[in-house]
Order: sequence, then C-alpha cells, then structure tokens
Amino acid sequence: MSEWRYGLNEQRGTLMAVGIFLVMFVIYVSNHPAGLTANVVQTASNKGVLLAFVAMAQTLVVITAGIDLSVGMIFILTNALASWLVLGTPLETAFGVFAVLATGLACGALNGLIVIYGRLQPIVATIATGAVFFGIALLLRPFPGGSVNEDLADMMTGRIFGVIPSSLVALVAIVLLIWVPFSRSVLGRAAYASGSSEVAAYMSGVPIRRAKFMAYTLSGLLASIGGLFLTFFTYTGEAALASGNAYTLFSIASVVLGGVSLFGGKGSAIGAIFGALAFRTIGDLLFVFDFDPLWQPLFQGVVLLVAVSLGAFGLFRVRNRLEWFG
Amino acid sequence: MSDTTREQPMTPPKLLRRLDPAISTAFACIILLLVIGSFYSTSFLSPEYLLQQLKVASFLGVIATGMMIVILLGQIDLSVPWSVAVGGMMACAAAAYGPAGEILAIPFGILCGMVIGLANGIGVAYLRIPSMIITLATNAVAQGLMVVYTGGFSPQDSATSAMRYLATGFLLPGVPNAVLIWAIVGAAAVFVLTRTTFGRSVYGIGNRERAAYLSGINTRRIVLIAFVVSGALSAFGGVLLAGYASKAAQSMGDTYLLPSIAAVVLGGTSILGGRGSYLGTVAGVILITLLQSILSVMQMPEAGRQIIYGVVIIAMLLLYGRSPANR
Repeated sequence: MSEWRYGLNEQRGTLMAVGIFLVMFVIYVSNHPAGLTANVVQTASNKGVLLAFVAMAQTLVVITAGIDLSVGMIFILTNALASWLVLGTPLETAFGVFAVLATGLACGALNGLIVIYGRLQPIVATIATGAVFFGIALLLRPFPGGSVNEDLADMMTGRIFGVIPSSLVALVAIVLLIWVPFSRSVLGRAAYASGSSEVAAYMSGVPIRRAKFMAYTLSGLLASIGGLFLTFFTYTGEAALASGNAYTLFSIASVVLGGVSLFGGKGSAIGAIFGALAFRTIGDLLFVFDFDPLWQPLFQGVVLLVAVSLGAFGLFRVRNRLEWFG
Repeated sequence: MSDTTREQPMTPPKLLRRLDPAISTAFACIILLLVIGSFYSTSFLSPEYLLQQLKVASFLGVIATGMMIVILLGQIDLSVPWSVAVGGMMACAAAAYGPAGEILAIPFGILCGMVIGLANGIGVAYLRIPSMIITLATNAVAQGLMVVYTGGFSPQDSATSAMRYLATGFLLPGVPNAVLIWAIVGAAAVFVLTRTTFGRSVYGIGNRERAAYLSGINTRRIVLIAFVVSGALSAFGGVLLAGYASKAAQSMGDTYLLPSIAAVVLGGTSILGGRGSYLGTVAGVILITLLQSILSVMQMPEAGRQIIYGVVIIAMLLLYGRSPANR
C-alpha cells in the first residue's frame, strides 16, 4: 500500500466522523427556519463544544483501553466550583479559572492513581469516584445558583469579528495546546501502545504507567474545561445528577461515533470532537423537523445503540471463531 | 437468609478454610456497623428494627442477584436503573387494564425487564459489544421509551394489591414477604450457581471464555440467558419496589445501580469474573443497607452519603479487589 493510502486508512474513523457531521449539519441547516446565519452556527457551536470537551476527555482514557465513567461528574463538579470562584476582578477571575482547572486535574489524577497504582478496574473505580465528585458538587451547590464573571462569559460564548464563534476558537486552541502535544509525545505514543497491547508495550519497555496516569489526568483537565464552559453558557452552577450521567453517556456515544475503538489503541480526539458535534446535531435534528421534544431521549438512545452496534460489523471479517473472545 | 447459608453442605473446618477473606471482612464490617449504630441509638439492635432493615435489604438483594450472575461472567449490567423503573412502571401500567391486567401485572413487568436483558444479551453475546457500552445504550433507550410513554409526567397508575402484598404483606407471621422472596431468589441462585451446568458454565466463562468455548459450552447462549435473568430480576425488584411504595416513579431505579454493584463487589465477587459466592453478595447487600440506614439515622445529607459510598467502595476494593501486579 502506498503511503498516503496507509495514512488514509489510519484516519478512516476520524474521516467517517467528519463525514457524518457534515451530512447531519447540512441537513440541519437546510431545514432550519433561519438558514445558515452566524447566529445558528454560534448556538450550534456553543452546544456542541461542551460535549466536545467531555468527549475529548473520554477519548484520552479510552485510548489506553480504559473507561472513565466519572467525566460527567467532574464536569458537574467543576461547573459548581466555577459558579463560586470565577467572579470579581480580572485577577480574581483568573485565579478562579486556574483553581477550577487545577481541581479537574486533581480529579483526573485521583482516578489515575486509583486505577493504575491501586490496580482497580476502571469501570467500578470511576463509578465510585464519580459518586464522590457528585457528592462534593452537591456540597458546593445544594441548590442551583451562583454566578460568573459575565464579561468573560460573554466573550467566550460570543463571536469574534461577528462571524466566528469564540467557543469554537477555544476548542481549536485546546486541541492545539493539549491534544496535539500529547499525541505526539513519547507518553502519548505509550498511551496508544498500552491500549493496543499492554503486554507487548510492557515487554518493549514503554512507560505504561506514566502514560496512563497522564491520560487520566489530562482527561480530568479537559472535563474541567468543559465544566468551565458550561458555567459560561448558563451563568450558574448546578449539581444535576441527570445532567452528569447524560454527559458521561453522550461522551461514550461521541467517542464511538468518532471512530475511537473502545478496546483501546485506535482513534483520535479530533474524531471524537466531530463525533460529539455530529451527536449534538443529530439530537437537534428533531427540533428542526418539529418533533415533540419528549422523543429526544429515545432518539438519542437509539442513535447510541445503533452507533455501538456498528462496531459489530468487524465480526463478519473474523475467520477463526476463537477471535470472538479476543 | 440463614437458609441460603445452610444450603452449602460443608463441615466447619472446611467452611473456615474456604471462607473468603472478603466475605469475613464484610461480615466483620456488618458487626462493626451494628455496634456503632447501637452506641448511637439503643433501638438499633431491636428485632423490629433489624427485620425492617432486612426487608429494605431484600429489594437490593433481588436486584444484586442478577447483577452478580452478570459480574461472574466478567461483564457488567449498567441498565439496572431503567430496568428497575421499567419493571415497576409497566407492572403498574398493566394494572390499569381491568381484572386481566391485575393478574398479568407482575409477569408483564418482569417480561419487559427480560426484553431489556435480551437486547443486552444479544449485544454482548452475539454482536460482541462491550457490556458496559451496550447496557448503557439500552438503559438510554429504556429511559427514552418511558419518557415518551409517560409524557414526561410522573406515572399515575398505582400498584395492584398482589404487588403490595408481595412487598409489604406477611405470609408467615413475623417474616415480611419481601424477605421471604429474597430467600427464595437467593436459594434458587445458590442452587443454579453451584448445582447446575449453567452455573458451572457461568464460572467457566468468567474465568476464560475461550477455554469454556473450546470445552464445548455454548458460551453465547449462556451469556444471553444470564443477561435475560439479570434484566428479569431487576424488573422484579422494580415490581416489588412499586408494591412497597404502592406506585412507580421515574427515578426509582437510579439509587440501585451503584449499591447493587457495590454489594456484589464488596461480597468478594471478582469484578473480572469467575470467582465469588452468593453468601458474599448477601453480606454485601446487608452491609450496604446498614450503611445507608446508619447514614440516614445520622441525618447525613445526600452529598455526604454519596461521598461516603464512593470512599467506602474504593477503600474496600483497595483492600481485596486489586488485580494481580504482573500481567
């Protein structure tokens, strides 16, 4: 195979996600009563970016063949925290943003410590830490409320030059600042290696533990950036269990749509971002076609079910039945 | 409960030798909780209170039984919240359809749970989708269906008298029916897990599915059946809960996912599958219920409860639920 075809094959999942998103977005915009205006794009991007950050967080962990069922709760916790801290003078606000991000980093690091050095199963461990994070969020915000530095919030949710949604710019900036350096570093490659075969990675002397720890920690950081943006959009903090669970679930759906293998070692955060944007657009399609909003949870559930079942097509390529049990 | 322990024909020394350290830790924690509770309130050790706790525990016990079979396979069932809610809501919904509905209410609720379990089982066994993903997805679909069905309002139908009798009545004087049902479900689980080929196959698949397949077990069918059983038991738990509260609620299952996993895992069942006994699950269920009860007696707010849950589960897992160091 020539080199560009090899590269194309490697990026197939990501390209599929981009394709699904483009098709969905075109259907969405062409049926939207207002058509393609800066306003429509801004609203869509603001909603999509929240899920995109959480999906990126999930991707980092999924690449190492783990799963983080606490991303939604870190998202909620940092939202509750931001509604207390991201306030006041620019200096205080900057300190608040820093504190929120540090909290996310700490939550991720805690998950990493428990899963890697405690050697617990990621599913159970992150469900349990998720309960702890939600408890802390509930302590911070027993009732919805609080506020945020509105100048900063408006700046982050508005438009640059009246055209480009600034939330989208922030998303690109985060990708360039966190995902690109990570995926190109030694630790990033080690994360991929340990996801695709931990034994082989171990035998080759790849720093598995540090790579996984880095992945979990950065995942917490990305989830907290999502929480920060949620605060910018809503101007309040709320410890909503349903919303935390929904974001965890949707992050997994986005990751699957984005071509990231749940068995680890394959896929990229770019794919997951487009998966998240596509998932959001699919959910919003119901509104432009004037469906009852009651149908939305069912519709999103079915999309998720279909998305995860698509992975089963690989079974047709299996020659030896023993490969079923991988 | 005692009849489930007596099911295993063991002589005392063998029992001591075979007693899992996890199970003894769990029982030690139960005694510790009772002692702490008795310092807090003298009525904590009264038979009425303990029987009441056992009754509350039996709902979790029925749900955790299904979860345990799935965990023994090395899988997990995250569709418990809405399987429970679907069971309760559909049983109550059937009750609205005249006398025939009254009779069929309980079987219909359980049947709906079995359908969810069937979807999970097909996904895991035949499509080879990771169980935590497919069960999350069916959970979301079940939630969506129920939201559409109720129109977003809390369901109006109420439980039948049979459901109320199962959850709150007394067939034997002094023993609540719910406890009796848990004892029957538990005894059946012990029998199936230790005395039938299905049970042995479950342990075998949990240890190594490839080896189980090569030794002639139809592993996919066993996995499918296990998920259907789990869905049925979750829905049955929902039916009992609806009978207990005399109506179903949308979020009635949300508080059962973490406790049911925790009860199974705290009872020494390996989350990787293939290892664990029902006695441990019984201990885990009682431990979790007592913990909940003590926290509510201490008037701990919801936030504190969530934190303590999480911390207790992680601490117990770190004590004896760790994977081997070298892989």
